[in-house]
Formats: sequence, structure tokens, C-alpha cells
Amino acid sequence: MKSDIVLKAENLTKQVTSPEGPLTILRDVSFDIYAGESVAIVGASGAGKSTLLALLAGLDTPSAGRVMLAGIDVTNLDEDGRAKLRAERVGFVFQSFHLVQSLTALENVMLPLELAGRRDARPAALDTCERVGLASRTGHYPRQLSGGEQQRVAIARAFVTQPAVLFADEPTGNLDTVTGEKIVSLLFELNANSRTTLVLVTHDRELARRCSRILELSGGELLPEQAVA
Amino acid sequence: MIRRAVPLALRTLVREWHSGELSIVLLALTVAVAALTGVGFLVSRIGAAVDLQANEVLAADLRLESTRPIGPRYVDEARQRGLQVVESTGLLSVVFQGDESQLSNLRAVTAGYPLRGQVMLADTAFGQSSPAADIPAPGEAWPESKLLAAIGAEVGSELAIGAARFKVTRVLITRPDQGATFADLAPSILINAADLPATQLIQPGSRVSYAMLFAGAPTAVQSLRDWLDVAKTPSERLLDISESTPQIKTAIDRAGRFLSLASLVAVLLCAIAVAMAARRYVQRHLDSVALMKTLGASRAFTLTVSLLQLLLIGLVAALIGSLLGFAAQAGLVVVLKDLLKGELPPADWAPVWIGFLTAIAILAGFALPPLLQLSRTPALRVLRRDVGPPPLLVMLAFGPAVAAVLFLIYWVVRDVPIFLGFTLGLTAFLALLALVGWLLVRFTNSMRGGVGVAWRYGIANLGRRRIESVVQLTAFGCGIMVLLLLAVVRNDLLSDWRKSLPSDIPNYFFINIPPEERTAFVEFLRERGAQTSRALPMIRARLTGINGRGVEDTPFADARGQGFANREQNITWTRELGPDNQIVAGRWFADDDVGKALVSISTEFQEALGLVLGDRLEFDVAGETFEATVSSVRKVKWDSFQPNFFLVFPPGPLDGTAGTWMTSAYFHPTSSRSLAELVRRFPSVSVFDLDDLLVQVRSVIDKAALAVQSVFLFTLLAGLVVLLAAVQASRDERRYESAMLRTLGANRRTVQQGILAEFATLGVLSGLLAAVGASIAGFFIARHVLNVPYSPDPWVWLIGVVGGGLLVATAGWLATRSVVNQPPLVTLRGG
Ligand SMILES: Nc1ncnc2c1ncn2[C@@H]1O[C@H](COP(=O)(O)OP(=O)(O)OP(=O)(O)O)[C@@H](O)[C@H]1O
Ligand SMILES: [Mg+2]
Repeated sequence: MKSDIVLKAENLTKQVTSPEGPLTILRDVSFDIYAGESVAIVGASGAGKSTLLALLAGLDTPSAGRVMLAGIDVTNLDEDGRAKLRAERVGFVFQSFHLVQSLTALENVMLPLELAGRRDARPAALDTCERVGLASRTGHYPRQLSGGEQQRVAIARAFVTQPAVLFADEPTGNLDTVTGEKIVSLLFELNANSRTTLVLVTHDRELARRCSRILELSGGELLPEQAVA
Repeated sequence: MIRRAVPLALRTLVREWHSGELSIVLLALTVAVAALTGVGFLVSRIGAAVDLQANEVLAADLRLESTRPIGPRYVDEARQRGLQVVESTGLLSVVFQGDESQLSNLRAVTAGYPLRGQVMLADTAFGQSSPAADIPAPGEAWPESKLLAAIGAEVGSELAIGAARFKVTRVLITRPDQGATFADLAPSILINAADLPATQLIQPGSRVSYAMLFAGAPTAVQSLRDWLDVAKTPSERLLDISESTPQIKTAIDRAGRFLSLASLVAVLLCAIAVAMAARRYVQRHLDSVALMKTLGASRAFTLTVSLLQLLLIGLVAALIGSLLGFAAQAGLVVVLKDLLKGELPPADWAPVWIGFLTAIAILAGFALPPLLQLSRTPALRVLRRDVGPPPLLVMLAFGPAVAAVLFLIYWVVRDVPIFLGFTLGLTAFLALLALVGWLLVRFTNSMRGGVGVAWRYGIANLGRRRIESVVQLTAFGCGIMVLLLLAVVRNDLLSDWRKSLPSDIPNYFFINIPPEERTAFVEFLRERGAQTSRALPMIRARLTGINGRGVEDTPFADARGQGFANREQNITWTRELGPDNQIVAGRWFADDDVGKALVSISTEFQEALGLVLGDRLEFDVAGETFEATVSSVRKVKWDSFQPNFFLVFPPGPLDGTAGTWMTSAYFHPTSSRSLAELVRRFPSVSVFDLDDLLVQVRSVIDKAALAVQSVFLFTLLAGLVVLLAAVQASRDERRYESAMLRTLGANRRTVQQGILAEFATLGVLSGLLAAVGASIAGFFIARHVLNVPYSPDPWVWLIGVVGGGLLVATAGWLATRSVVNQPPLVTLRGG
């Protein structure tokens, strides 16, 4: 299944200026991710996982190196260009759900479709809500939902555009074990059914092992890859 | 993109509503718009009313005069245009009762006269007058009091005019077109035009003045005027008033600008509230903008969404504000009704534009910069909470706000010196309030060691949000100050001013006293117990040149100056300087100035013509040229109702001219018999009744104060909006703190007391600040506007401090109550 590369990191380096002088938080990271894979990015706190994710998703720009997403050089695009690419190819799930508080669950799910200018936003969103088991909750506002339900809304929102890549940063970090397990199952299920590539940042070794590959960061550097059992 | 942004903007707007900032923006804009449009409507209506009142001098909107009969075809033309037409024919004739006779100005009018203004009638000579409902019936005559007194007639008497006989049914007190009051010597008598042929007075060669009066809709009047301009014969004269009353227009304009400036203070406070709300809006939307961008929204899109929301709010606010402004104005008109005499013409819609412009300007100046900044929030914020938008350049943050404020001020005053003066004055005043506020906050903060835990918490809050505290202090300070000015200072000032008007100020003016009768006349008044003031000589003069240059060749920027230069006016000469006159430049005539060609001018004259001491003025006095050098400038207290003149000369140069004398006196209301006797003994003297005028002046003062008050009420409202905005802005923080404190074991009461303590302190400090401001403002108003000595009022301080503390504590407590009442768990879970 190692057919087409959907995400490619080439010598990614990120430097920031801190009060103590320049600081390299990511050093010369390169890897390829293929369509349909599920990849876990693991590492100690402060290892640079979120930084890497931000670069891969075009939320931030690298100091050196480049990112190719679905054949497009992300690093060559301007901010609005990257936003457009995200709208078309990328979905997100975050640790702290990041829902728009002033919109209902359904409206939150519709949002990326509407931003992409799709006319069938409502039926598509309703369909996705159903797939994540939220059919009865579509009219609720985020603060009326439990943490697990909110995360389901976030997942529905991420999948509704049928993105090429779905990024998740600690998707279960704010949830209890049982709920977290359900959310993870949902993620993998959707991943399997829709040929979406899943890139997952996590502390959780258990969770990481369910992925097809593990990329481990340490002090901003990528450790040699081990095969997953 | 707009197509996609609109539904999202609308959808989130509905929900956003509950978080409060948008409703504050709406409220603030509404109050601002209502303040400006309310004043705008009122001024435009009063302006239109003044135009109509000015037309009363013609008794019509348009008047055609001729020495020959005016053809009936004009009547047809006017009627076709939907205009009313009446005719008035005048001639000098002798009126007889028995052997007594008096040369009179006979006016024969047709039904409908007067078309503008009112004929005032009484039942006895010099009696109480009321408006006439009609014109005299055939066979009836309405003579003036003076005419009745001269021939010893009264109501019911029979008079002979020419070949006809008339019965006196009413007494004519005034008619609108009686002309330049001082010039018309012969008393009037009004009859029905149908009786004119019977008098047989109109013979070939007799001097008759014919007038045709028109009135109606402004466009129709204009159309007839255009037609008449072409069609009338050279001997026919077309009169309309619009060009001849520039001073009144200027005065209305000035008053309007003053009121608009006053309302601008409210607008500025509202702008501050908008800025506060916008700041919180930005704080709360950093996350959602980052999220939208993460989901693929462009920067322009996120900006469009918030702009659309704001624009919508601006439009709604402008609409509601204009409606409120209109309602406020309508309410004011009801209150001012008897002052304005009769119906005001409807308002025009121009102020609505002011409203929309205000809303847009405030939004552009105070909300747009933070929104622009908001749209720069990087998408990365979804992963790293500490990333926010790049800081705004100072220029960008404050530039638009300053520009918007300056634009509004300039747009309201449209006069560079006033603009600069107001801007500087306001900046200085606000800076002073802010400085005092800052010192107060610092001082209070340093005292917190000595108070209990609740107070310490409250005061610490003030100290921590120091900038916000100072802004709030200044805003409430302004609001409370205005309230103090209205409630306490205004009363003090008004009663001081009233006290400065003696109750026996003259109520009658007497002019045309022949020089040889002067002593006898004054003696006569004294014998009848009437208190006379000074008697002054008087003659008409026209300014012809300034410093050797003819006034025709001199352009005047000031409309009033133009008026002074074009019209004849009364001048006097005297050695005595009245107590109601104060020399502000140069010096008053000394003994050896008698006989010199000098002149003392009033401040109005000096300002309107831009004169300086030493300027040489050239006058035409009774056909002779006369030159004099400006030797002093006087500030005249015109409301003393003593004889006063713009131009005063020393005795000497004008002694030989054919001047007459004038004086004023106070007659008790019951002495109308003495007045009748006076008119019989001194038939050439003209009498003017000031009583009505005085009553009117008093009520004008009261009502004008009310108009100003209502404008200031908006300022108070605006102050409260700032309070709301400030509480809103700190709401999340307060909620979190309150939850923290309660988790740490504080009970609800302690937290409540803390909040109460904070707002009470804020209120007391604002009250202090307001008392300072009100005292300064009161001092200026007393000294420079009303010219009365300023007496400080301790109540200002007491009411300011206690009232301010109560008001702000209550309002603040009400606004934060929900924060404290929320269970801490809900808050800490981030609900
Ligand atoms: N803009 C920045 N300025 C300074 N330091 C930064 C910046 N961005 C990231 N860092 C630092 O780089 C390191 C890596 O950050 P990153 O958020 O990628 O870690 P992480 O692996 O996601 O950690 P965690 O598991 O705790 O989320 C951290 O030490 C962080 O403080
Ligand atoms: Mg992280």
C-alpha cells in the first residue's frame, strides 16, 4: 500500500529567538507519510511534537526545509494560500476541543464546508454527525455538551470535508480513559473507512501502538524509526 | 466571499448577543446617535421656525408694495400656485372724534390679514392683549392706544375718517407689519378694506401705499417670486425677509453648534465604551479567529465576518438612535411650546445622516483598529495559547480614533478657531480629570493596608486594573459632573442671575421725546411715581467708512458685521457711563474729551467689524459726514433694559443735530391711566411696552436651560454605558477570581462585599472628581457666560461624593451580581 506520498517533511528545522538567544526546537526532521497510513508522533513533553504538527499542517512556517502536502509545497504558500489548502485537504482535532461557542454542534460541523463554499453543507454535516453518534445532539451548543460529546463534534468537523490528512494533537488528553478509548476507536474507524491519513500526537504509548507507524521525537530530533509490532 | 460571510456573520451575531459586547456597542452607538440627532432635529426645526417668525415682519412670506393699485392678475397667479393672498392699503389721514383729531396711519385690509404673525388686540387702551381671530367687520375700527388717548376716545366711541363713520370695537396693540418700530410716528388704525371707498379718501394725487401679501408652501412662494421678478412693473417693490435677517440665522447657527458640541461629549464617552467593548470582543475572539483560519478561512474572510456584524450593529444603532433622537426632540418641542409660540415646522431629515455618519465614524475610529488586529491572529494559536496577533502600532491603534473624533468635532462646528478651542479645551479638561483620577487611584491603593479583607480586595482590584480604573473614573466623573452642574450649580447660577435682574427693571421705553420737552417729561414721570432711568439723546446714523475706506468696498466675513455696515442705527452721546456698561479696552471719555471726535463702541460692534482702538469711523448723520476715532470698547449688559447703544459719542460734536431723547421707566401694571395721560400731554412721544418681552426673556432662559439639560442627560447615559462596558470587559476575570476566592474558602458575602467596596470606592472617587469638574465649570459659566460672581456650593461636594458612591456602587453591583452568584465549579470548568 506504499503507493502515493501524501505528506513529506524535508529537513524541517525550526528556530525561535528566546530571551536566552536563538533556540532550535526542531532539527533536520525528514520523513514521508503515505495515503491511508496512521502515524503517531510521540516524545517527552517539550520534545517538539506540537511544533512539528504545526509545520506539517501549515499553521507555522519552518526556519529551514519544506513540507509537501498532497503534492503541494506548503512552505511556498502565503498565509491565505495555506488556509485554502487546509480547507481542502486537512482536518484537525485538538486536545481542548476548540469549538466555536456561539455555534451549535451542527453549525460547528458545517463550518469548514461553508468556508470552502460548499452548498450541501447541511446534509453533509448531518450525515457526519450521525456517523459519530451525535444525531440527537445537533442543536446543542458546545457548553451544553460533555467533553466526550464535544470531542465527537470536533471529530465530525474534521472528517466532514473528507480531508487527505487528519491531524490530532492529544485528542484524548482532556478525557477520562473510557471516553478517550471511545474517541480513539471512532478516529481509527473513520480513518479506516475513508482512506484519510491520520497523524496523531500523543503521550499515550497504548494509543501510539494502535497506529501503523510511530515517529519519536527527542529534543527536537527524530529518532530512528522502529517497526510497530 | 461576502456571500459566504453574511450567513455566518448573522448566525454568530445572534449567539454573540448573549456575551454582551455587541449589545454594549449597540447601546453606546445608539446613545451617541440619539444625542447628536436629537440636537440636530431640534436645531433644524427652530431654524425653520425662525425663518417663519422673520416673515412675520412682512405679515407674509412675500410682499409686493406699490404706490399704484396692484392689478388682479397677480392674485390669479398666486391662487394658481395654491398661495394665500390678502391686500393691505395704507394712507395717512386725520381721525376725528368730535373736535379732537390726530393724524393717523390708516390701514384697510382684506379677510385673512395677516398671513404671518398676529394682530394683538385689547379691550382698553394699553390693556392686556390677545390675538385677533379676524379683521374688523365693516363699519368697525381698531385704533391704537395712543390714538385713542390723543383724541380722548375709548372702546364704543364713534370716529370719523374722511366721509365715513366707524365704531371703535377693539384696541390695536400691535400688528406684525407695523414697520421699523422707531420710525413710524403716526399711530395706526385698522379697518376693513370694504369700507375704504366710503371714506372717499383715495383721490387722484393722494399718497397711498398698496401692498399685496402672499404666503404658502416654500416652493410655491419661490415660484411666484420668480414669476413676479419678471412680471412686475418697475414701480412695484418685492420684499422678502430671507436676506435681511442674517444675524438671527447666525445666532441660531451658533446655538445649534453649541448644543451639538455639548452632545459631542456624550458621543465621545460612547466612543470610549465602544473601544472597551471592542477590546473585549477581540480578546474573546482570538481563539475562534485562529480556529477559523485553521479550518481554512482567509484573513479577509474573518475580517469580513466581524466587520459585517459591526456594520449591521452600526446601522441598527443609527436607526434606533435617530428614532430616539427624534422622539427626544419631539418631547422637547412640547416642553418648549409656549416659548416657541405656535407650531414648529416639521424637522428635515438631514440629522439622520449625522446619525449614520456618527455611528460609522465611531466604529471606524474605535472598533476597526482592534478588529484589523484580530484578523491577524495566527492560526498557530490553536496549538500554542500564548501566540496572539502582533501588537498594533501606536499610530494604528490611536490614529483612527483621534481622526474620527477630530472629524466629528470639526464637522459639527465647521469653524477653525472654535474647533481648535474646543479640542484643546476638551483635551485639557479630560487630561486634568484623568490625572486627578490617576492620583486618586494611586493614593487609594496605598491605603489598602489599613482596611479589612473585603475592602482590600476591592481596592486592590482598582489598583490592578489601573488604566481601566482611570478611564472609568474619568467617564463617571464626566457623567456625575454633568448631573451636578444640572442639579445644583444650575440652580445656583440661575438664581444668582435672576437676583442680578432687579424686579423693577424698566417695562416701558419712551422715544422721540423732543429736546425741549425732555425736562418736563422726566418730571412728569417722576410725579407719577414711575422710576425712570437715564435719559439719552438719540439720532440715526449710518456707518459709511472705516479708516478712510468706504464700507461698500469692505468685505465682511461676519454676517452681523455686514448688517452693521448696511443699516442705519441709533447712536447717542453722553458723558455718563452706566453701571451696566463696562470698559474692556481703552478708556471712557474724560472731561476734556467733551467736544472731541471720539466714539466708544460695544464689544458686539467691535467683534463684528473687527475694529481696534484708534480706528477711524466715518458716519452719515442726517446727511452730514462725521468722523470719529474709536477710543474705548464697552461690554454692555443688554438685559438691564436700560437705554443702551452700540455707539456712544462724547457730548459736543452732535449737540447741534436734530436728535430726540429717549428714556425707560418702570410703571406699575395698574397705572395705565397715567400712561394715557402721558400720551395726551406728550403726543409726539412713542411708547413701547416691554412687559411681554421681559416675561418672554425669563422663560427663554428657563427653557433654554432645559434644552441644554436634556443634552447633558445624554452625557449621563453615556457615562453609564461606559460603566457597563467596563464591567463587561472585566467580567471573565471577575468570574474567575470570584470562583478562585470561593474555592479558597471565602463565602459569597465576602466576595460581594469586595465587589461593592470596589465600586463604592470608584463611585466616591468619581464623585470627588465630578465635584472638582463641576466647580471649575461653574466658575467659568458664572464668570464668563452669566457675568455673576461665583459662589461655591458645598452641596456639590456632598452630593457628588455620596451620590456618586451610591450610583456607581449600585450600578456596578447590579452588573456583576451574576458573576458572584455563579457556582465556582461551573466557572473553573470553563463553562
Ligand atoms: N515560539 C516559541 N518560543 C520559545 N520557545 C518555544 C516556542 N515554540 C516552542 N517553544 C519551545 O519548544 C519546545 C517544544 O515545544 P512543543 O510545544 O512542540 O512541545 P511538545 O512536544 O508538544 O510538548 P507537550 O507534550 O508538552 O505538548 C518547548 O520547550 C517549547 O517551550
Ligand atoms: Mg504539545
